[in-house]
Amino acid sequence: MEKFLRIDRRIIFAIITVAVIVSLILRFELPIPASEPVHGVYEKIESLPKGSHVMISFDYDPSSKEELQPMAVAFLHHCFSRDLKVIGMTHYTGAPGLADQAMNSVASQYQKKYGEDYAFLGYKPGNASLIINMGENMYSAFPKDFYGNDTTTLPVLQGVDSLRNLDFLFDLAAGTSIETWIVYGKEKYKFELGAGCTAVMGPDMYPFLQSKQLIGLLGGLKGAAEYEALVKKKANAVSGMRPQSVVHVIIILFVIFGNVVYFTTRRARHA
Amino acid sequence: MRKDSNFLILVGTIGLFVCVNIFLMASGKLPLSFDGFGIILGAGLTFAVYSFLYKDNPAFKIAENLYVGVSLGYTIVITWFNFLKPDLYDPLIVPMFSKASEKAPQYALIFPSLLGIFMLLRFSRKLSWLSRWTFAFVVGLGAGISIPRVISAFILEQIKPSLRPVFSGGETILSSINTLLIMLGVISVLIYFIFSVEHKGTIGKFSKIGIWFLMISFGASFGYTVMGRLSLLIGRIQFLLRDWLGVLQ
Amino acid sequence: MNFLKRTIPLIIAFVMGVLMAMQYYVPHKLSQDLLEVVSRWDRIIAGFAVFIGAYSLFHLHWTRIKRRIEGWGYSVFVYFGAIITLIFGFLNGGKFFWNDKQDGTMFDWLYYYVQVPAGATIFSILAFFIASAAYRTFRARTKESTVLLVAAILVMLGRVPIGNYISQYIPAIADWIMAVPNLAAKRGILLGVSLGAIATSLKIIFGIERSYLGGGD
Repeated sequence: MEKFLRIDRRIIFAIITVAVIVSLILRFELPIPASEPVHGVYEKIESLPKGSHVMISFDYDPSSKEELQPMAVAFLHHCFSRDLKVIGMTHYTGAPGLADQAMNSVASQYQKKYGEDYAFLGYKPGNASLIINMGENMYSAFPKDFYGNDTTTLPVLQGVDSLRNLDFLFDLAAGTSIETWIVYGKEKYKFELGAGCTAVMGPDMYPFLQSKQLIGLLGGLKGAAEYEALVKKKANAVSGMRPQSVVHVIIILFVIFGNVVYFTTRRARHA
Repeated sequence: MRKDSNFLILVGTIGLFVCVNIFLMASGKLPLSFDGFGIILGAGLTFAVYSFLYKDNPAFKIAENLYVGVSLGYTIVITWFNFLKPDLYDPLIVPMFSKASEKAPQYALIFPSLLGIFMLLRFSRKLSWLSRWTFAFVVGLGAGISIPRVISAFILEQIKPSLRPVFSGGETILSSINTLLIMLGVISVLIYFIFSVEHKGTIGKFSKIGIWFLMISFGASFGYTVMGRLSLLIGRIQFLLRDWLGVLQ
Repeated sequence: MNFLKRTIPLIIAFVMGVLMAMQYYVPHKLSQDLLEVVSRWDRIIAGFAVFIGAYSLFHLHWTRIKRRIEGWGYSVFVYFGAIITLIFGFLNGGKFFWNDKQDGTMFDWLYYYVQVPAGATIFSILAFFIASAAYRTFRARTKESTVLLVAAILVMLGRVPIGNYISQYIPAIADWIMAVPNLAAKRGILLGVSLGAIATSLKIIFGIERSYLGGGD
């Protein structure tokens, strides 16, 4: 029995790989009901009138792209389909390419014009200082956008000279940026804040949901899948739920089997 | 013998990868363009990184170091275009040296620039002490800014919902029990983290309850961590099956 | 010299700390202007920190190459990747770096086809190791570890669609775990960390915590 605990780990790797590939290729439907925190973000966007200003902070880089990029795309679909003005920015040096790609590809599907309907302000260092700077004066924090346009000339930014003027801010976070937005942004400038984060960070965000410092949360690929289902744009995240379900079950079976073997051999040794 | 077999596996894998790509390009599944070659490079790097799962090898190390280098280059270039150019070069340097510029130089920017340069002197043996001025400015500012905001956002705002009335009308019994449980959990976890008092008697009992709350929370975090890591893997396999092989729609 | 090296930094930290903490409670225009200027300066200084990181990394790999430390050949690829990216980045599609950033250049190509796939894959490897570690080491040896294990299994099942198929109660239990015991523990930790952060900030302002000065005189 004990030999089962010492199997070559590459066998486990192979099982996981095959399970992911097979469950991606075999198509079967799974229910993806939206949880309350995901509904929080969705309902907020639904409640905003046309032309409202929504800011997206793309605070992730390629290492978390597989979880957060589907969220960004689904959220952008929702915003553009409701004719909201979208402003993008990032605290991460590795994010501009991903943010630029997501914004332009989704905007083009809704015939949105850069500068008028949406803009990408790019990256700026500073974290907390940047947020405070944006709260005090948006144009001083971002004198130019990602492409070098003077931000004072961008129609989409008209009426948004501080974070106070935003109707909603959505942070896509792979690090501690949600906490930074809450402490240095929302606390003083009182904008509505929602977030999407990697699954690893998900449990840490629950205190902010209950205190209403976050009005909604998309946690990990599951959160992205729920949002894709809500906005009827099923893509990577929804199809990713098949392997996610299958491999979770496999890992649970591994854990149970490992425990059974462990306690059986221990009992046999003590007998 | 072992080295030979490893070499054969490496050559065999590379050979197979080349053949598959030739087939994909010849059959039109991958475009014969920069983007097509980019997808092949991306797939190659993905396999090179996953080869580590078999054993540590040169292909993995090359991919890893190349990634570090490109990320570093990207960071520097983005820092130039998104920060140095719009925040210092355009408002300060250009108007100082160009007569055609309509705007006056923003001389006030010299002060933070100097502090920034002082920070870089950390690597100088003689002048590294100047970097202390910058660190003092940044750390002092950060400390001052954070105190009132952390008190307000993380302490007062977080205590409020934990102290809300158990019965104020409209709640179910279950939600009232949950409110009490949350209050018990917060207090017991805080007590567990007080190390200046011996965990005996009532304090010990509360601290024990705190451990149980923490264990459930760590279990939840573990479950979410498994979920997150798997999502990353699923994303990569989706890339290989859809973007590279064209098997998925 | 000691005054310049030690006393002045302590004064700067004290003045900035007290000034910015007081500023929060003063809604006057002058106070707001000060906050805007200082936050702008601070983020400009923060931008220079990028170059500290870049220098450290270049220096580390240069030392490996120079001293022929085992595996030094791989460090050449760090330089290769960085130099190629810097060249294409500053060439800026033929418009050069003093003009605004151009879209769709070789610089972007390197990002999309080297940095993105390699970065995403490196971090996804952890999926395999976490699965293997769960099988080999996740044991219900004590009461506490049993609670942890059961909570983990319920959350893992309740957070994926298959949980609904097994039983409608599993997602409900997972939701309860997240919204009650998990929330309470995370809030306890958050309150503890916040109190610690405030105490550290006060120690910095009053010169008790001086590790930011580094070593030496």
